[in-house]
Amino acid sequence: MEEKHAAIEVADLTVAYQEKPVLWDVDMYVPEGILMAIVGPNGAGKTTLIKAIMGLIQPAAGQISIYGKPFREQRGLVGYVPQRGSVDWDFPTNVLDVVMMGRYGRLGWIRRPGREEERLALEALEKVGMARYSERQISQLSGGQQQRVFLARALVQEAQIYFMDEPFQGVDATTERAIITLLKELSAANKTVVAVHHDLQTVPEYFDYVTLLNVRCIASGPVEQVFSEENLRATYGGRVAFLTAAGNGAEQVEPAATTAGHGAI
Amino acid sequence: MELWSLLQDLLFDYTLRTVALGAAVLGIVSGSLGSFAVLRRQSLLGDAMSHAALPGIVIAFILTRSKFSLVLLLGALVAGWLATLLMTAIVRYTRVKQDSALGLVLSIFFGFGLVLLTYVQRIPDANQAGLNSYLFGQAAALLQRDVLAMAVLGSAALVLMGLFWKEFKLLSFDPVFGASLGFPMRLVDTLLTTTLVIAIVVGLQAVGVVLMSAMVVAPAAAARQWTDRLSIMVLLAALFGALAGVIGALISSSGSGLATGPTIVLVVSAIVTISIFLAPNRGLLWRWIVRRRNRRRLRVEAVLADLYTLATQHENRYHAHDAVVIRTMRAGQGGVAHTLDILQERGLVRKEDESRWALTPDGFREAQRITADMQE
Repeated sequence: MEEKHAAIEVADLTVAYQEKPVLWDVDMYVPEGILMAIVGPNGAGKTTLIKAIMGLIQPAAGQISIYGKPFREQRGLVGYVPQRGSVDWDFPTNVLDVVMMGRYGRLGWIRRPGREEERLALEALEKVGMARYSERQISQLSGGQQQRVFLARALVQEAQIYFMDEPFQGVDATTERAIITLLKELSAANKTVVAVHHDLQTVPEYFDYVTLLNVRCIASGPVEQVFSEENLRATYGGRVAFLTAAGNGAEQVEPAATTAGHGAI
Repeated sequence: MELWSLLQDLLFDYTLRTVALGAAVLGIVSGSLGSFAVLRRQSLLGDAMSHAALPGIVIAFILTRSKFSLVLLLGALVAGWLATLLMTAIVRYTRVKQDSALGLVLSIFFGFGLVLLTYVQRIPDANQAGLNSYLFGQAAALLQRDVLAMAVLGSAALVLMGLFWKEFKLLSFDPVFGASLGFPMRLVDTLLTTTLVIAIVVGLQAVGVVLMSAMVVAPAAAARQWTDRLSIMVLLAALFGALAGVIGALISSSGSGLATGPTIVLVVSAIVTISIFLAPNRGLLWRWIVRRRNRRRLRVEAVLADLYTLATQHENRYHAHDAVVIRTMRAGQGGVAHTLDILQERGLVRKEDESRWALTPDGFREAQRITADMQE
């Protein structure tokens, strides 16, 4: 792990909504090619952290650098998978069209997606096991399929760093496996993934690094070093009721998300 | 022949032709840009914009004393745009929420417009400028130069929509992702809002400020029922808008004495009603039929499964059972006799005597398949 480039460096990041700090003095170092989970209780600022790094929220203070340069200059290196629930899935469009939106940034103003964009989109859909659904209306997708469409949209961005907001939220077992495979592939290709994650139990299994966040950064580093009972307690307060003695493994804190639907109708 | 003479008038009568052309332009423009407003759940924004345009029209007249609709419509454009800016500012800098801001701006601008309108009646020429017709619209008063003004403004809005189609789609579907790609989404929003204001302003003279928002919302809402593609939705909305505009304007101009705005709105309401009931997939009728079909299929499968259960308890799988037995298994769910008749028609069961039924070999296989599916 040593001697790796820093993919992301965050220093003294503070974000406030109307005087109330949502993130306070957060420092974070993300080496290239690792999978990092961001965990923390509700309202801990997990989504705010990745949004602030991507310049979607104006921070009150702090420096952010992507491969040593400000985010603005490195935007092309970053891909984004927002929360599935953040859009209206009844929008009149199909899967292929949504995935091609990942190319809009490269296309710039006015230029429309063409054959090349379509090819890349189909390729990405293949990777997430959704190639058969390219012509499907998006309102007919199950929760897991929606998530895979969003992942495919991020893949066509051909980024070096991916930010994912709760990619495992409410997905079926097939999708969960597909996402894990994809994450490992990305990591093997030296891409970096930072994902907001809810299920503490799976952190050691899925991720290399973890950031424990509760407005302040409690700990951040390799899972085996920082994912300890002590740090979890500091992050979740008294709410971690089922910590195991082993230290590394912890029961899920919040009620498990149930799988939302399976297979398309 | 009423219709024939109307068609002839449409081709050869100058006034009617102008009116129909104007109504078509306004329907196309408000229908297509209304699609984005509807998809972004900003249907009421159109209402606020159109009401807010009234003071703009009157002030433009006071300042210029012009009777040219282009000048008055530019006034409307500025006022509608200012109203939108004001709404955004209220939401951003105060704790007033979007819906309240909308209501506030709408009523304040409209009230101010009405006061100005009363005041301006004392100025000579005011009547000639036809300011009053901007309230409920008067398509019959449209002149060729008015239609030209509408066409110029409308084309500008449509060209903008064509150019920034991809950006507008991104804004409507996932603005946060759009921002992450580096598009200045606030600017895209302003662009789309500007085209919407233009679309509304185009229709003000014919439909009036009070009901113009219906032309933004209704054609788009109707179009959404028929398609799952944005491009087709926009085209359909344009078509519905033009249809409603032309029919409404012709009814009101053909000596019926009805105000144009309300007439057009009635026509477009009819289109919406038909779409809500009859459209495939989304229409109420369609969904009712699908639900009925599903229910019947489930009932048929359930009875078949029951017969299968009974059959497997017997050495002879084609042993007949009394309908009463099956009815007891389907406690609380009627229609067993009817369902058995359906099954018999399909050759899946056979009637042994007055009341006893048995599976046929085909029925046995089908039941086996269904039971296996159920257990999966």
